[in-house]
Amino acid sequence: MKKFLSFIKKEFLHIFRDVRTLIIIFGIPIAEILIFGFAINTDIKDARIAILDLSKDATTQQITNKLLSSGYFMLETHLQTSDQIEEIFRAGRVKEVIVFEQNFAKRLEAEGKADIQLILDASEPNTANILQGYTSNIIYTYVNELNNLLPQNIVINSTVRMQYNPGMKSVFMFVPGTMAIILILISALMTSVTITREKELGTMEVLLVSPLHPTHIILGKVTPYLVLSFINVISILGLAYFVFGLPIKGNLFLLIAECLLFIFLSLSLGILISTVSKTMQQAMLISMIGLMMPSMLLSGFIFPVENMPDILYYISFAMPPRWFIEIVKDIMIKGSGLQMVWEETLILIGMTLFFIAMSIRKFKIRL
Amino acid sequence: MKTLIFLIRKEFRQIKRNKVLLPIIFIMPILQLLILVHATTFQIRNVNIGVVDNDKSTTSLNLINTLGASEFFSITAFPAHISEAESMLAKSQIDMIMVIPQNFGSNLVREKQADIQFIPNAINVNFATLAYSYATMVLRSFNIRIITETTPTIMPVQHKVVNIIPRYYFNSEMNYKWYMFPGIMVILITMIGLFLSGLNLVREKEIGTSEQLNVTPIKKHHFILAKLIPFLIIGLLELTLATVLGILVYNVPFEGNFLVLVGFTFIYLFVVLGIGLLISTMANTQQQMMFVAFFVVIIFILLSGIFTPAESMPNWVQKLNVINPIAYFMKVIRMVMLKGSGINNLIHELISMTIYAIIVLSLATFRYRKTS
Amino acid sequence: MNIITVKNLVKKFGSFTANDNLNFEVRKGEIFGFLGANGAGKTTAIRILCGLSTPTSGEISVAGYNVYTQTEELKKNIGYMSQKFSLYEDLTIYENIELYGGIYGLGLKKIKHRTTELLSNLKMYELKDTLIGKLPLGWKQKLAFSVAMLHEPAIVFLDEPTGGVDPVTRRQFWDLIYEASNSGVTIFVTTHYMDEAEYCDRVTIMNNGIIEALDTPNNLKEKYSAKNMNEVFIKIARPNITH
Repeated sequence: MKKFLSFIKKEFLHIFRDVRTLIIIFGIPIAEILIFGFAINTDIKDARIAILDLSKDATTQQITNKLLSSGYFMLETHLQTSDQIEEIFRAGRVKEVIVFEQNFAKRLEAEGKADIQLILDASEPNTANILQGYTSNIIYTYVNELNNLLPQNIVINSTVRMQYNPGMKSVFMFVPGTMAIILILISALMTSVTITREKELGTMEVLLVSPLHPTHIILGKVTPYLVLSFINVISILGLAYFVFGLPIKGNLFLLIAECLLFIFLSLSLGILISTVSKTMQQAMLISMIGLMMPSMLLSGFIFPVENMPDILYYISFAMPPRWFIEIVKDIMIKGSGLQMVWEETLILIGMTLFFIAMSIRKFKIRL
Repeated sequence: MKTLIFLIRKEFRQIKRNKVLLPIIFIMPILQLLILVHATTFQIRNVNIGVVDNDKSTTSLNLINTLGASEFFSITAFPAHISEAESMLAKSQIDMIMVIPQNFGSNLVREKQADIQFIPNAINVNFATLAYSYATMVLRSFNIRIITETTPTIMPVQHKVVNIIPRYYFNSEMNYKWYMFPGIMVILITMIGLFLSGLNLVREKEIGTSEQLNVTPIKKHHFILAKLIPFLIIGLLELTLATVLGILVYNVPFEGNFLVLVGFTFIYLFVVLGIGLLISTMANTQQQMMFVAFFVVIIFILLSGIFTPAESMPNWVQKLNVINPIAYFMKVIRMVMLKGSGINNLIHELISMTIYAIIVLSLATFRYRKTS
Repeated sequence: MNIITVKNLVKKFGSFTANDNLNFEVRKGEIFGFLGANGAGKTTAIRILCGLSTPTSGEISVAGYNVYTQTEELKKNIGYMSQKFSLYEDLTIYENIELYGGIYGLGLKKIKHRTTELLSNLKMYELKDTLIGKLPLGWKQKLAFSVAMLHEPAIVFLDEPTGGVDPVTRRQFWDLIYEASNSGVTIFVTTHYMDEAEYCDRVTIMNNGIIEALDTPNNLKEKYSAKNMNEVFIKIARPNITH
């Protein structure tokens, strides 16, 4: 036990002496959370648009003013002919062109009907969707106001309450995801690389012939990262709570326990990767490209898993972060207790045990 | 020049012998392009709605049916009370609550107005906003229907209608895959280039072979170029492979000129590989290199506007994106592929990338120390 | 004639002085031994002489070149074999030779010629398409030496070339060194095997960054009235241990 403790101490010193790695370990999470918090935003302001007004009357002028004063749009230019539309899109100058048909006001007055064409740059479908929504809303509101002057009209008003996130902050969505990614990164990647490093540089053999038990060697390598990851969890939660105003509605201890569980899971995944890879390069590329992208994209971090095609939806079941993100959202934002997240928790425990069992098997074969 | 060929040949031999590297370079990206592109959609397939109907009139039933008939919504529950509905929302059994107030139907007749409340789960703001805006669209058409039903057609022209006709340029089906495919391609090409070039150099440092090279009269720029060119070629191969895949599997239109894209990628790869080498000249171990590289890449990716439009980011981010190569590439690849933009549309980006490449490569060469 | 002259060489890493005012000359064509325990400052000195590291102060010239300003010209005229094995394990013997030949600008024809020459001398010609990683350590070391000699340098620096190698291979290795020396190449070798010191024309004994002695092995043995170099070394490096 004493030997084991001194070994852990050595491993700690190893990491702490390396200032660069330390800065990175603590810098990434903080920078990432700050970027997500301050920079990533799903609503659009000041989208550049062009207007092709073939009518140039009072009504089209009023609609144009409404659009431009809404804060969502910025007028890049007035077009003169429809030939210019294609080119202005191609040059990437605008996201939307609004076309008022000829004799717009006259038709609206005489026939009660007039057309507006919205031409959207759908190479970015999400932006196109959102812009179309904004534009239509403004135009419909304007027309409704015209119609409201008529006494016989019936109006259904709709109101909305943004449950759990009244401020409509994107951070709510991103904090749990970022936490999952960071923990996977630091725990799984770091451990797999440190262990493979010893293998590649040949120092693992030296350790293996020492009186330390192989399990102790692995544990000794892993413990510092457990501690570092834990510090990261605390700092991310702190930032989320104090800087971005995320609530922690549920039980803080339950939340921390779940984080620890996920750290264990990532560490065992890291050990598993190290047992299958011979060189650091291999371990890194497996973790980086094989692990990062799927756990970013198939976990519900950015894209909701419910929207995915069925196959991917089921593949996402195998992604540990998917369950962790679910748990964190439930506990922090919805205030759920263990009775609501026990299923996810069991899945994570099961996965951890699976990874450990697999690494032990691989490890034995190799020795 | 001759020396350079010898050095490049050595790099290729090493890559060829590395049994793990090749699959990682070529098979992994293909798999990811095949799988992940399907995952990256903001499109809403289905919103489960729980309706709290406090009215239970024909009108409210009508509204519920209209909503349930639209393609995005399915009415999955009728909780009796709002509290019950909220607990269903908490358990993620439903995505949105619709509350119909008491006397909804009669209010519409008597007071000519009534209220409907929607309560979406707004943890994912994007989802909540879209779901709500779809719901209001359904509500609006329901509203118009009621008006035409209850108002006799004596005054046909009184009610004014503006038809909004949307047209989706470059992607008329609003196919998300066309949008995400180039995005994922950018990430893969960037990650592979940056990590491979960077790890390669640090690896030589770590196992000691670079010391042997440093004691030879090898020129610094030869060394840097030899580390760069193989991965440049791999990057371009990767680009071609991915493009073919996109066209075959996802029917991504390739409106522009492929050579324009190759030309831009060529310059772009100099920048990315240069950044990888620059980082590796400053790192002592592969681990360090990888973490710095990861740090840089993740920030570049998130700010580049791959998942969320760059336009929706604050000003300081847009300014920061001036030094974000991924932002340029992301923009250019979508422009060339989907919009058919040509060189004349990309002059600004081309010049910026060229300057960037010169700066990064000079720095990497300068920072590479043969003598400590 | 002196091919290396070192005057007042000092190298500091922060507050630690690795080389403290070294002074010595190496004559053309001799085998010059650099002895000392691990950490005595041998590797630091040899790296400075090879242009891998810049000294803090001192006047040093190697093969007529200044180690501050003419490192690249200097490198054309020296060979170096480091303590760590540093050929590419994932390349074959020939590919390694071709690479270094290419770097020194030898041209394919000349490279092929030298490969045949070097490998037949080592009796390893049949192995030329074998990956280096598959060879035993001793063979790798002999090969590394040959690669360091590939471009026919005036001086070869060998940093602990026989570390971890069995006695028979060590003997063979020294045969290679003699052979090179006979053809007029100056050999600068560091070692901590004291028996190897006997093979050198002159030896320097370093301790804690300082040169304690410099002479032929015979003169040193006489001066310290020792039977062999090992005793000489013990008397110099550990003066408190008395018999």
